[in-house]
This record gives sequence, structure tokens and C-alpha cells, in this order.
Amino acid sequence: MSITRHRLFWPVIALLALLLASVLKSHTFLDIEVRDGHLFGGPIDIIRRTSVLLLVALGMTLVIATRGIDLSVGAVMAIAGAIALTQIASSPDPGSVATVASAMATALLVCLVIGIWNGFLIAVVGIQPIIATLVLMTAGRGIAMLITGGQITTVTSAPYKSLASGYTLGLPNAALIAGFFFVVTALVTRRTALGVLIEAVGINPSASRLAGVRARTIIWTVYILCALFACIAGFIKSADTMAADANNVGLFIELDAILAVVIGGTSLAGGKFSLAGTLVGALVITTLTLAITVLGVPANAVSLFKALVVIVVCLLQSPKVRNSSWGRRRPAATVPAPVEVPA
Amino acid sequence: MLSKRFRTSIVTAGVAVLALGLAACGGSDDSGDSASGDSSAAAAGGGGDAIVVGFSQVGSESGWRAANTKSIQDTLTADAGFDLKFSDAQQKQENQIQAIRSYIAQGVDYIAFSPVVESGWDAVLEEAKAANIPVILTDRAVDSKDTSLYKTFIGSDFVKEGERIGKYVSDTLGTEPINVVELQGTTGSAPANDRKSGFADAIKDNPNVKVIASETGNFTRAEGKTVMEGFLQAYPDIDVVYAHNDDMGLGAIEAIEAAGKVPGKDIKVVSIDGVHDGMVALSEGKISYIVECNPLLGPDLAKIITTLHDGGTVEPRIVTEDGEFNQEQAIAALPDRQY
Repeated sequence: MSITRHRLFWPVIALLALLLASVLKSHTFLDIEVRDGHLFGGPIDIIRRTSVLLLVALGMTLVIATRGIDLSVGAVMAIAGAIALTQIASSPDPGSVATVASAMATALLVCLVIGIWNGFLIAVVGIQPIIATLVLMTAGRGIAMLITGGQITTVTSAPYKSLASGYTLGLPNAALIAGFFFVVTALVTRRTALGVLIEAVGINPSASRLAGVRARTIIWTVYILCALFACIAGFIKSADTMAADANNVGLFIELDAILAVVIGGTSLAGGKFSLAGTLVGALVITTLTLAITVLGVPANAVSLFKALVVIVVCLLQSPKVRNSSWGRRRPAATVPAPVEVPA
Repeated sequence: MLSKRFRTSIVTAGVAVLALGLAACGGSDDSGDSASGDSSAAAAGGGGDAIVVGFSQVGSESGWRAANTKSIQDTLTADAGFDLKFSDAQQKQENQIQAIRSYIAQGVDYIAFSPVVESGWDAVLEEAKAANIPVILTDRAVDSKDTSLYKTFIGSDFVKEGERIGKYVSDTLGTEPINVVELQGTTGSAPANDRKSGFADAIKDNPNVKVIASETGNFTRAEGKTVMEGFLQAYPDIDVVYAHNDDMGLGAIEAIEAAGKVPGKDIKVVSIDGVHDGMVALSEGKISYIVECNPLLGPDLAKIITTLHDGGTVEPRIVTEDGEFNQEQAIAALPDRQY
């Protein structure tokens, strides 16, 4: 337990530093107020925006724990949004809950098939995960383009829009959805043997199979879950703008998701995984994006700024740096760097 | 282990996905095949009657681009004496270069294209020049020093677009002190650079207008919304949003509404392009002003090609006519709008 804390120490510090820098720049950043009957403010924005990345990273954590990787999540998001919005747009009654539910069901079904396909290639055929999911990463956007006909159509449908922009009990729906799946995944993996089995498969698939773990079924399952989580993330993302943009929805989110998992302390080599770490990782990345706007980092320096923060966090996390520079307070010198940038 | 039946159904499903994937690949292959097929037919028919034009489009990423494609396809028809070969590069330069090479190999009479990026065209354009095929750039320019590589560049003047919107902001809204936030296009792209500098030029003499923040929204609705959310957190007193295209403006409107403010009233949005969704938002008063970037380049392109074909010469830079719209003009223009 103390090791886990240890591992998450620097990501949490990075998160706090980003928040601090934002507050110094904009004093009301952390204020939460009630507007139009719901909560509004910086923290609410952060948890609402984290939801998409968290959902994708959740699936990615499980996949990475089995020594795998899923590059197709961004394309799956694009497909999910394209199917749901195209079906809603072509229905006679786009505003009805039934229409939205059936459109989402269709998209979920297709994403299920995609997850089965990825899992099939990896668990049954034995193709390396990075290659197997690369197929849909590239072809998936083509499929989404076919579905939307290459157009970005704006759709009006109140129930669908509420997925991303609506509020329940003052909290954003998107965050509630992501939070729900996070809690369920945490319970299912940590309160049952599933989590241990996934880790066993990740540490040594052959040994775990010989020990009676159904490695193939487990690997297959995590890819299916990953695709389904990406599908739901695709709903939220497309509902955010109510337009199915096959080219841009979820673009490069696979990399952000992998980054969130890595920042959270889960090793790409498989084995032990930390869902709480992934949550922190996702929060760091979202806060970083928001901080860039708040701090007013010049547009052409955004990538560099992001890279610097990520490099610092990853360096601080590596066991070598952690052990050697323990008392040197090197981090104190690097972390306030973001504050200097706006000047 | 899984039951046999379940496994069979999974395999079936897998095959279905594979088929989908192949269909996607097949789609692009088809267009390539049909293009080469057409050309052999045209070559067989003899080049004398129809002017063969190869056009390589950037992609189909926005409403603007769709209107641009339609205009070109509707103008360069067989009835008008053209044989148009059209290819879609899906926003990839290598696809465009490949398409242009295939047009050269087919020996078309003219090549026209919208360069997806500004640089890296010299080699393929020299091949076209060596093959004596005149090249016409539409919508976007290339940065080649050697201007003999293409006959003309036809498209909007992005700097001027920025200036016009800046003039509106300065003259109409800048009568009192206002804070402006800017949503830039894709970092480093010609429209983003030019629209930014044009705007800055137009407002520099009005001390009332102050640009307090400028970030990239990458020309997309989603990123426009994300960046605007950040602006709303960081700057409580925003009066005007200047978006480099309509889509980012539409994203900003979503963010403004989510923050409990009224777009067009509390915060005014101005943008460039004039695509359908943008014009609708303008007619509803959510956007306050739009400077058009005319995508209907087909008729001008046809005129240029006809002139060149008859042995005439054309200006090396042809600027298209762009309108600008306020709310009343948008309501009046919307029913007849082609895009």
C-alpha cells in the first residue's frame, strides 16, 4: 500500500502544482459557484473533461496489465460517434429518448464486434497487440468516414447532448458516467479474483495458463471492455459538439490514454496495474491541457510545454531518479517552471 | 473454454469486421481505378474535343470543403467541354503527390489542386512542368520560390479576411473598451498565420480593442470548445471571441452557453468562412458577424482553364470575391446559400 502511495506521490504533486499555477494566474480558478442550477467552475470543468480520457484509459489500463496495448481506441470513438449521430440525424424524431437509446445500442453493438475482433486477433490468432490494433487504428477512421459520408453534420438532440453537457444533482453527467464505470471496474477487479488473474496473465501468460487461468478468455475480455469503454467515451466526445467529425474525434487519444496509464504507475511490461493511478494520470493530463489555456502558453509552445511537464513527471517516477535524488529537492526546482511561462 | 457455437459466432463477427475494413480500403482503391479507367477512355476518344483536367482535393474535412468540391464537380462537366478526373487525398500530402503523378502519367491537359500543406511540392511540380502540363493552385498556396512551376493561384486573401473582421470589431464593437480572445487555426498553417496578422493590423490603431489571449483551436469545433472553456475560466471579462473559422466559433458558442452566458449578448462571436452551420448561428444571433471565404471556385477555375486553352495568359494571383454578413444579411442569404 505504501509503495502505491509512493508511486503516485509525484503525479499528485504535479497535479497540485498545475492547479496552483492556474490559481496564481487566475485567482477564481478553483471557485465553484452555482449557475443555472448546476455547479460551475474550474474543478467542475476538469472532472467533466477528464471523463472521456478516463474511460479510454480505464480500458487501456486493463489491456496494458495483460502486456497488451490498444491503439484502436481513438478510431473506435470516432466510429461510435459517427454511428450514433448519423442514426439520430436520419431518424424522424431526433429528440426522443428512444431514438437516442437505439442509436447508442447500435454503436455499442458495433464496438462490441470491434472489441471481439481485436481480442480474436490477439488472443486466438496470436498477433502482437500493437500490430493487431494498428489495423483498426488506421482503417477505423476510414470506416467512420464511410458512415458519415465524409461530412461533419450538426445534429440537434437534447437527450444525446445531455450526455456531455447535462447535469444531474448539480454534477456533470459525463463525470458521473465515467465515475460509475470507474467504480464498477475497480470493484470487479479488486473485490473479485479478476484483477489478480489479469495481473497473472500480464506477468507470465504461459505460467498462468498452466496454473489454470484462462489466459485467452481474459485477454479477449479486456480488449472487448476496452472497445466498449472507448465507445462510451466516443458518445460523450461527440455529444460535446453534437457533430460527428470522423477525422478529429478521439485523434491521438490512444497516446494520451497510454500516458495516463504510465503516469499512474502501471508498467507497459504488464502485470500490476493501478486504477487509482490511472485516475490521477488522466487528471494530470486534463489539468495540463486546461492550464495551458489558463496560463496563456503561446500556441506554438504548447507541445513543448506539455512535453516538459510529462518528461519531468516520468523522470521523477522512475525508480532510479526516485532513489538517487530523494533528499536533493530537485523537483522543487522543476515544478514551478510552469508559472514562469505566461510572462 | 468457450462453447463451439459462441466461437463460431465470434468468427463470423470477426469476418464481418474484416469485410468492413476491406470495404473501406476498397473504397479508395475504386476511385483510383476508375480514375485510370476514365483516362484510358478519354485517351482513346482523342484529346481534341474535351479538356482533360486532373483535380486533387485536400479531403472532405468540413462543410467548406464539401461545397468547394461540389462547385468544381458541377462546373467542370462534360457538357461544358471538360473531362474532370477528381481524387480525394484525405488530408495526406503523399496521396496528393501520388494523384498528381498519376495525372502526369495519364497525360491530362491541366492539373489543379489545393495543396494540403505549403511546402514539399517542388519535385512533383517540376515533373509536371517537364511534361508541359500547366498547374493551377486553388484555395491554398505553395511556398516554392520558383513561380514558373504553376500558372496561377486562385483563392481568398486570408490576410484581407482577418483585416475585414478586425475592421468590423474595431469600428462596430470597439467604440468602448473591449477584451478580445482569439481562437487560431492550425498552428503554422497559412490561413491561421494570415488571419491572425490581418486582424492584428486592423485593430492596432484602436486603443479600445485589446486581444487578451490567443490559442489554437486547430480549426475544429471540439478544440474550439475546449479552448474557450479555458478562456472563460481564466478571463472573467471577455467581450468578443474572434474565431479563425466558423467551426471553432460554433464550439466557442457551446462553451459560452455552458458557462451560463448568452452568445451574441454577453460575449459576441465573430468568425470567418460562412459555412451553413455558421450562417444559421449568425441568423439566430449567436454569431455576430461573418466574413465569407468563398469556396465556389469552380466557375473561376473553368474560366482560367478556358483562357489558357485558347492561348491566353492569366494573372499569377487571382483573388476571389468574398462577402461579409451580419444577422439580417444572413437571414436573407440563407435560403439561396449553396453551402
